[in-house]
Amino acid sequence: MDITVLVKQVPNTAEIRIDPVKNTLIRDGVPSIINPDDKAGLEEALKLKDQFGATITVVSMGPPQAQLALREALAMGADRAILVSDRKFGGADTLATSTTLVAALKQLKSDLIIAGRQAIDGDTAQVGPQVAEMLDIPQVSYVQKLHYDGKQTLQIQRLVEDGYYELEVDFPCLITVLAEANKPRYMHIHNLVDVFSREIEIWDFERIKPDVNQIGLTGSPTKVKKSYTKGVKQSGKIVEAANAEEAAEAIVTKLQELFMI
Amino acid sequence: MNIDEYKGIMVFAEQRDGVLQSVGLELIGEAHRLAKNLNEKVTAILIGANVSHLVKEITLYGADRVIVVNDEILKHYDTEAYTQAVTTIVNKYKPEIFLIGATTLGRDLAPRLSGRLRTGLTADCTELSIDEESRELWSTRPTFGGNLLATIVCPEHRPQMSSVRPGVMAKLAKNEAHQSEIIEELITFDRTKMKVRFIKKVVDTTKKIDITDARVLVAGGRGVGKDGIEMLQNLANVLHGEVAGTRALVEEGLIDGTRQVGQTGKTVRPDLYIATGISGAIQHVIGMENAQLKIAINTDKSAPIFQVSDLGVVANFHEVAPILLKKIQEIQS
Repeated sequence: MDITVLVKQVPNTAEIRIDPVKNTLIRDGVPSIINPDDKAGLEEALKLKDQFGATITVVSMGPPQAQLALREALAMGADRAILVSDRKFGGADTLATSTTLVAALKQLKSDLIIAGRQAIDGDTAQVGPQVAEMLDIPQVSYVQKLHYDGKQTLQIQRLVEDGYYELEVDFPCLITVLAEANKPRYMHIHNLVDVFSREIEIWDFERIKPDVNQIGLTGSPTKVKKSYTKGVKQSGKIVEAANAEEAAEAIVTKLQELFMI
Repeated sequence: MNIDEYKGIMVFAEQRDGVLQSVGLELIGEAHRLAKNLNEKVTAILIGANVSHLVKEITLYGADRVIVVNDEILKHYDTEAYTQAVTTIVNKYKPEIFLIGATTLGRDLAPRLSGRLRTGLTADCTELSIDEESRELWSTRPTFGGNLLATIVCPEHRPQMSSVRPGVMAKLAKNEAHQSEIIEELITFDRTKMKVRFIKKVVDTTKKIDITDARVLVAGGRGVGKDGIEMLQNLANVLHGEVAGTRALVEEGLIDGTRQVGQTGKTVRPDLYIATGISGAIQHVIGMENAQLKIAINTDKSAPIFQVSDLGVVANFHEVAPILLKKIQEIQS
């Protein structure tokens, strides 16, 4: 079984702060991590490999420093790592990103492609389904549980608002996995030792030859018009209560004023 | 693509198991506000199996036109079947704007549609407007964990697609006299492409409660802890509300993930939101800032939650809650 896992290196958005004076994002010193949903997707692939045997290829699109995320994936147990990277790919929206990834994925044999549901920096959840569409294969997103019959069929629990769908799909297909689905394993110590000597393949524009009109900033249908941080709103009344009684009274008074009780 | 051929706004009116989802009606309301600036009409698209009984409701909430597709194959959500149906409708009616709820269905379907139609899609928007000069849709969305807002445009492709989180936009008032044009469309499906087999749907009764419907939410954060959950529930009970919380409470297993408010949870706009033991990280605030009345209880005077609250009380929730509960009960009796 050949499994391809899509991973994205993202800034740990939980650690991003706003500069209160300049009202801009403080990105310095914010660590880069493998996107949590993607890491859970890699874990799903590794579990399948443990149980049934599989060759796992991790593919990432990004700048050269994204190699670090791929090395981590190798250390967790992936077999092959490919970084899709070229200046021409920069500034891409999700559709242009998917187009680029698909050009690379078409050169790989994949029974199963696993992506994370969404990345914590953009939160769009779009690249997985768009890649599936362009490869003309079925997709199941929001996967919380997976069972493989050992042949060619996956039984899947797809999370929905009020429960889950139980679905079946045959290879080839693409699934997007929730971070909650799996607790990713740690990097393996033996792998850690040799991981920096292993090759990360860099696939550039010439290697994958996507349609130049549909990639990068110029090939993106959507453009960022502007971006800004949210100014701090006017704060309401703050009561520094002397004791719990006084605190409770302040709340009750407010609720009564507005006829909430 | 001749973008001038594309006119009007189309809204995907999601139904789930024959129940109309609120987000579709919210989007009709928002589409109306946008349509006024464009001097165009609002079309709702409703697809499913035997769903014509839902048309009336969509009409009363302000759609000018409702396009219905009924087919057994659309009974349970299937990515491919829905993509074929919507793509056919979009290609026939050519809307300049297409809006869809950012539900688990919408977030599966919309990117597939944008791939097939090869047009731009902006996810999880919280604000939409029309640029009067260019007639472009400006879609604003939170990004980088809610720390940054980005306004996205799609100048050269149509339709301009955006998904919007449930609870963000406001419905129009229900108008019993409102009429709409109703069109039934028959779609010829290519079944060979439908490869995902539906086995069954399992409804999780603990997920039945939708906190976005609650008028009152009593929410807790890390500061509430295990021993505070019961008190949170008691307070919610006397106020006829529901318990909600931050990601921290979900991760500690104290509340179900369906009750999470914020960037990775739900966006709520209740009449009353009581935030207890919540510091007010942007990831949480983004989901509750539209509540009518916001009251925060926190021991840390500098907690950012106080900046977005109408009333902030610097106190320990564990000490205040029992007294607050007693006082409310006294008033109510």
